[in-house]
Amino acid sequence: MELILSAAIGILSASGIWLLLRPRTFQVIIGLALLSYAVNLFIFSMGRLTVGQPPIMPKGGFVDPTRYADPLPQALVLTAIVISFATTALFLVVMMASRGMTGTDHVDGKDKD
Amino acid sequence: MIEQNLLLILVLLPFVGAVAAATLPVNAHSAAAWLSGLTMAGGLAILAGFYDPVSQGLVIRGTVQWVPAIGLNLSFRLDGFAWLFVTLVLSIGILVVLYARYYLSKTDPVPRFYSFLMAFTGAMLGILLSGNALMLVVFWELTSIFSFLLIGYWHGNPNARDGARTALVITAGGGVCLLAAMLLLGQIVGSYQLDRILNSGDIIRAHPLYLPVMVLFLIGAFTKSAQFPFHFWLPGAMAAPTPVSAFLHSATMVKAGVFLLIRFSPALGGTDTWFYVVTGTGMITLIMGAVIALFRHDLKGLLAYSTISHLGLITALAGIGGSAAILAAIFHIVNHAVFKASLFMAAGIIDHETGTRDMRRLSGLIRVMPITGALAIVAAGAMAGVPLLNGFISKEMFLAEAVGWHNGTWLDNALPWLATVASIFAVAYSARFIGSVFFGPLATDLPKKPHEPPHWMRRPVELLVLICLIVGILPGQTLGAVLNAALASVMGRGTEHYDIALWHGFNEPLMMSLLALAAGGLLYALTGRWVARGPEGPPFFHMIRGQKIYEWLMLRLSWKWPRMIHGFVGTEKLQLQLRIMVLLALAVGFAALWNSGFIGPIAKWNTPNLAFGLMWVVGASCAIAAAWQAKYHRFAALVLLGGAGTITCLTFAWFSAPDLAVTQLLVELVTTVLLLLGLRWLPRRRSEIAADRLLPARIRRIWDLVIASVAGAGLAAMAYAVMTRPLVPNIGDWFLRNAYYEGGGTNTVNVILVDFRAFDTFGEITVLAIVGLTVFALLRRFRPAPESIAAPAQQRGSTPKMLGNYLLIASMIMKYMFPVLIVVAADLFFRGHDLPGGGFSAGVTIATALLLQYLATNVRWIEARITVLPIRWMGFGLLIAGATGIGAWAFGYPFLTAHARYIDLPLIGKTPAATALIFDLGVFSLVVGATVLMLIAIAHQSLRAARMREAEEEAEKKKETA
Repeated sequence: MELILSAAIGILSASGIWLLLRPRTFQVIIGLALLSYAVNLFIFSMGRLTVGQPPIMPKGGFVDPTRYADPLPQALVLTAIVISFATTALFLVVMMASRGMTGTDHVDGKDKD
Repeated sequence: MIEQNLLLILVLLPFVGAVAAATLPVNAHSAAAWLSGLTMAGGLAILAGFYDPVSQGLVIRGTVQWVPAIGLNLSFRLDGFAWLFVTLVLSIGILVVLYARYYLSKTDPVPRFYSFLMAFTGAMLGILLSGNALMLVVFWELTSIFSFLLIGYWHGNPNARDGARTALVITAGGGVCLLAAMLLLGQIVGSYQLDRILNSGDIIRAHPLYLPVMVLFLIGAFTKSAQFPFHFWLPGAMAAPTPVSAFLHSATMVKAGVFLLIRFSPALGGTDTWFYVVTGTGMITLIMGAVIALFRHDLKGLLAYSTISHLGLITALAGIGGSAAILAAIFHIVNHAVFKASLFMAAGIIDHETGTRDMRRLSGLIRVMPITGALAIVAAGAMAGVPLLNGFISKEMFLAEAVGWHNGTWLDNALPWLATVASIFAVAYSARFIGSVFFGPLATDLPKKPHEPPHWMRRPVELLVLICLIVGILPGQTLGAVLNAALASVMGRGTEHYDIALWHGFNEPLMMSLLALAAGGLLYALTGRWVARGPEGPPFFHMIRGQKIYEWLMLRLSWKWPRMIHGFVGTEKLQLQLRIMVLLALAVGFAALWNSGFIGPIAKWNTPNLAFGLMWVVGASCAIAAAWQAKYHRFAALVLLGGAGTITCLTFAWFSAPDLAVTQLLVELVTTVLLLLGLRWLPRRRSEIAADRLLPARIRRIWDLVIASVAGAGLAAMAYAVMTRPLVPNIGDWFLRNAYYEGGGTNTVNVILVDFRAFDTFGEITVLAIVGLTVFALLRRFRPAPESIAAPAQQRGSTPKMLGNYLLIASMIMKYMFPVLIVVAADLFFRGHDLPGGGFSAGVTIATALLLQYLATNVRWIEARITVLPIRWMGFGLLIAGATGIGAWAFGYPFLTAHARYIDLPLIGKTPAATALIFDLGVFSLVVGATVLMLIAIAHQSLRAARMREAEEEAEKKKETA
């Protein structure tokens, strides 16, 4: 499982970074989205992989932390998901505005290649 | 205790006055003047109360605890020297306020003037009273800023703007050097307390950093006090209103520099280097200022260079050091302030009543303004050092030091000669001031018909001139005690007591004075006419202008060189910048992890699951295909992106993170719709771009592929290395144990978000709100590219009637989904504390519900029926979240402390009712607002484009019918 997930993180991030370096705004926006999946999974995986033990506690009684998934990376990633949506939206709007103002969708604002 | 409070009030009072003055209406001339005058009078009253303890050598201290945990306090101290100086500042301040009341015209925004003046006074008092070296620098820079505002008060005048900017750049730049010096001093001494620093002279002088500290310190002091070569800002500052000049260049701004020199001379002075640098600079400035002053045709220009010259004199005395020299320096600070303030005011009166300050045009004014003339003559006499006037006595003391004090160096031997030369020129320029303005035939071609000014405008001058006379005749009786107290506070206890007297017998200083008077008078008599015909400045030297050099340098420093460097190393290409960023991140990552035992022994291993593996075969294919198709097949790339997102979402669900899975699924939905909306505004790309096939593009793609592969492999290796190690017990365990007992919820992730780390969440939703508003603001000015305005190809040829039945069944289902989704959202929200869900996911669900309505029908239909006010939702959310946090204060807990309990609701049963739920309501409301705002704002662009199209069509129809 660890091997599959880390390979997945690698492929997601490689695709994302490759798109990040491309000349067209839409490519960059897709790249950022892919990269944010990779980073979210990466942060999430820092809490190790546990199957079938969500961090939902019993009401009262003794709690054995080793029996549950680490909740901290999950809390971090939850906000990260929402924030990455916000940045995608912001970037999309900047992309639209830049396209309207410069007449091209090249990231440099000049259509050259 | 009461003394301490009074001291703090003394510092605070001018700032309070400044704020109060700023709130007055623009035409409240008298009110602003009264306010300022009374504020300063209040300060003087406090000072009067401090006279007794201070004259006995006590130091009054006031401390406000600021950050006691790290020993950072606001401390103030008042000793004899500070008392004398503060009294001087406030007394002259009152006179300047009175004078300005009549000087400024009815059309000037006067409350602003008084507000700046008060704030400047406060900053000046801060310098004088600071008990901490760093606070002193803060106030020091504040005086630079407020003097900038004061000098540039008539901001319509380009000279005023230039003068203000030059003054700010020079003095604030010096302030930075001073800050560095104070930081070094603090390191050397081990404390920033002024008392400690001033008592550690031996440690400082023996320290290897003594020289750099001294140089930095002196740059600070010299820039403020307009010493050579930084003197040129002062004549430029003459574009200020005359009351400002009278205040800044007599008692305050420029005197701050010499104040600091004198204050720190026991700590930093006493070495040969100090003597050479300080006295040398002082003497150069003294002579240069005096010579240039003689050749200036502008009245205020003459006074400006005279000020520079007198500051040089004080600096030279500070360089000599020793009790007698310091006493002379302090005395001359007071005397110069008194006569120079009166001279500036007199020059202002002449300017005000005649309309010019050019001495070549002014002449014979004694006939039309005899009283002002008489006052100016007496004050100019004090400036020249005529006996029986105050300037004479302190100048005598300077000459006595020049003659009597010896350390055997060449500079010391030259001092008497240099001092005499400077005195001759001082007499000559004073004589020119009087002779050319008041004597000779009455000028006829003046812009205004000259007459005496209003009485109250002249009163400050009268009072100051009276002081010149009284101090000049009875120096010991009037100022003896105060000066000795000031001296003792600078030099330490046990300093011998000096008698200040008018008459010391026929000694060398008196001879030098008399010689200077005679020679100076002769010099003016012989060269007066020639000077008046000549250029503005001494022969030959007038071509070397500090201002010109400064401007040359500024142009290069602030414009040419930065642009050159930017052109050389910068790029406007985002693509290149991104590549550099990625490479830097890669380099840093490798540097940090190299040789760190990257792959350790594997301690944990979940057996691979075939289904999971197949899932990710799909996910990875989606990601790679999205990367491949994003350029020419945007829609396909978007669908593939959604595929990768869905697999990510399933992964979260697989590995015990139901909350993440829910949120990811919902956000995935919204993101896809968002990008779909954006697709409409991108240029069509059917055929391939030709350059893509060329070699450079190919090389770039391969090179980028290498970068991306390396980065991806690195990230994968890192993830693998961490995942296979055992989990060290961490803070997550604490959260798990305490989620129910402390947070009152069983869903630990949600409890962390809304309770344990609620402050973080508060920050996050604020970011979300800002992004939402930014999107909204950006789109308000959005101008689509011309070719995207026309109706898209898919819509062409279809009539509104056809579109009316478009996807009819699907849209019916979507319409009926609305209440269902609201119930789902409510469920997600309320169970969030105990089960997967919460404010984030509930908020996105509601946003999706609204979005579906937009998709199901059309914008106009939906907006006629539902009014969503996203900005109110956002504001409401932020307010609720903030109010929940503040509510904790009411019960004496820190910000955002949550309270949890369960309540029994009829029919529903036990329901968690933590205050965190209210906080979550804020999160929910904000997420709804921000998401809907972004989506609607983007969706509306189509509507706007459609409206523009309709408007154009109608306009064309009208044209046709017409």
